[in-house]
Amino acid sequence: MSDTAANGLATATALAGRGILLSRRNLDAVITSLMLPVMLMLVFVYFFGGAIDTGDTRYVTYVVPGVLVLCAGFGAAGTAVSVSEDMRRGTVDRLRTLDVGAVPFLAGHVVAAVARNALATTLVLGVAALIGFRPAATAAGWLAAIGLLLAYITAVSWLAAAAGLVARTPEAAGAVTFFMMFLPYPSSAFVPIDTMPDWLHGFSEHQPVTPLIESMRGLLLDQPVGGAAWTALAWCAGLLALAVAASGALFRLRTR
Amino acid sequence: MPPAIETAGLTKSYGSVRVLDSLDLRVDTGTVFALLGPNGAGKTTTVRILTTLTAPDGGHARVAGHDVVAERRAVRRAISLTGQYAAVDETLTGAENLRLAARLSGLPRRAAARRADELLERFGLTGARDRRTAAYSGGMRRRLDLAAGLVRDPGTTRVVFLDEPTTGLDPRSRQELWDVVRELSGHGTTVFLTTQYLEEADRLAHRIAVLGGGRTLAEGTAEELKNRYAGHRLDLVARDRDAYLRLTPHATAHTPATLTLGVPTDGSAAHVRTLLDALDPHRTDIERFTLHSATLDDVFLALTGPDGTEKEPSHV
Ligand SMILES: Nc1ncnc2c1ncn2[C@@H]1O[C@H](COP(=O)(O)OP(=O)(O)O)[C@@H](O)[C@H]1O
Ligand SMILES: [Mg+2]
Repeated sequence: MSDTAANGLATATALAGRGILLSRRNLDAVITSLMLPVMLMLVFVYFFGGAIDTGDTRYVTYVVPGVLVLCAGFGAAGTAVSVSEDMRRGTVDRLRTLDVGAVPFLAGHVVAAVARNALATTLVLGVAALIGFRPAATAAGWLAAIGLLLAYITAVSWLAAAAGLVARTPEAAGAVTFFMMFLPYPSSAFVPIDTMPDWLHGFSEHQPVTPLIESMRGLLLDQPVGGAAWTALAWCAGLLALAVAASGALFRLRTR
Repeated sequence: MPPAIETAGLTKSYGSVRVLDSLDLRVDTGTVFALLGPNGAGKTTTVRILTTLTAPDGGHARVAGHDVVAERRAVRRAISLTGQYAAVDETLTGAENLRLAARLSGLPRRAAARRADELLERFGLTGARDRRTAAYSGGMRRRLDLAAGLVRDPGTTRVVFLDEPTTGLDPRSRQELWDVVRELSGHGTTVFLTTQYLEEADRLAHRIAVLGGGRTLAEGTAEELKNRYAGHRLDLVARDRDAYLRLTPHATAHTPATLTLGVPTDGSAAHVRTLLDALDPHRTDIERFTLHSATLDDVFLALTGPDGTEKEPSHV
């Protein structure tokens, strides 16, 4: 590994440690962002679940992948806000005089975001198990499903971090990430797509969340997932590449 | 020895606003240099260029012997920046903030912890080591911020930049920060600080540059500046119009409406007495006087234009 890459890694590790420590100090906000997806899951399962026909699968089992993906969106707002705070304060200037570039800086935020999300995922799975979530996944299926979710969380977090670079205020940063929270709704996350109006089908079937949800659901139920998993992975890789490239350019633009 | 900082014809615009317009500076190694200017004068812009955070549109700048654009890395290794906006995390303790900064500068965990403790000790923060910085006073937070800029290796940081280090601090905190600057300087570190307060520049800096209109309006030691530009000003009220006209040639500020004239002085009793005797040997022309102590405004007015008649007397 080259010297700069090793330095970058050490820096990103230190910054990730900082992000996690800051989250622990700001536990109120973290807990709030954890409670929200759990509440939503309960609402979906108990208020809407009865009205939604998901075939042989119990609704709670059907909806868990969607809730997990929703969590990633909720986490995104917090990530964007922390990046934007660092830009507004002197933190980024100090980092740049220490020769820290955009990638280690954002990677630190993204790792902290993934850690927060891991907590949210665990909590959602725990509560889901209590209310009747019964997956049939093999160990390999679990690993693959978690791997896909991780890829999605990483991509979304990096996009959120890029949004945090653009936003002039932390409030605006939160708003920019709104679409990430919204994206799971017009997908098969909560209701089957064929129950949606026709004009929405084209979008719903081809947006990134749908193959992600379909393949996670398939893996958790131990059903064949076909190419959906690869499509989902390609989406995540593409979005991540886009986010990394865009954030590099935005960082240079904002720090001129 | 080469200068610690040298700029030639530095220019920078934001949109149509020309913030720096051919700025020339020279700071000798081991000295404390103050860049003095009101809000919006371009102090932060200058600091950002010198610390490699912003590229100038034109001109050259060398810090610690390296070009700030072409040899950015080398410059970064030689400097420390404590910016106008805080770079410490308020929910972390002093020790945590410094350990993090030390880790970011490349120290392994153990060494980082040691460095943090050394710096806490050096900046008088050992007692607040494990308190969250949100509970620190403004002065303590500033000191911590400064310490965090020095983690890399306090011994090899050659130029320290402090952007308005005492703005918003109470007098006691300001005093403590001044002590820190003196201590840094005592170790041979070059300190480049910006300030809006003439008094601060006066107390701390070996040399001062006054920034206005994007260039240095004046440069020199505090004494030189004060002597040259409105150290104090004696405002004289003439007894009548004839007296006013007799005194006029000696004055630098004129307000005919109130028969008031301003005359530069160093403010000492001896000088004021001599001045009054010289201007008014028969003791009939001058009715009253007020003495202004030097303010940044005075220096500015002296530098930028002849007007200066509207200010309140600071003491009589
Ligand atoms: N990034 C920026 N974009 C646009 N204008 C800026 C930027 N930074 C500074 N300015 C403008 O440049 C001028 C000088 O600002 P600054 O260097 O911060 O002054 P000071 O630090 O002396 O108060 C101000 O008019 C300010 O509005
Ligand atoms: Mg400023």
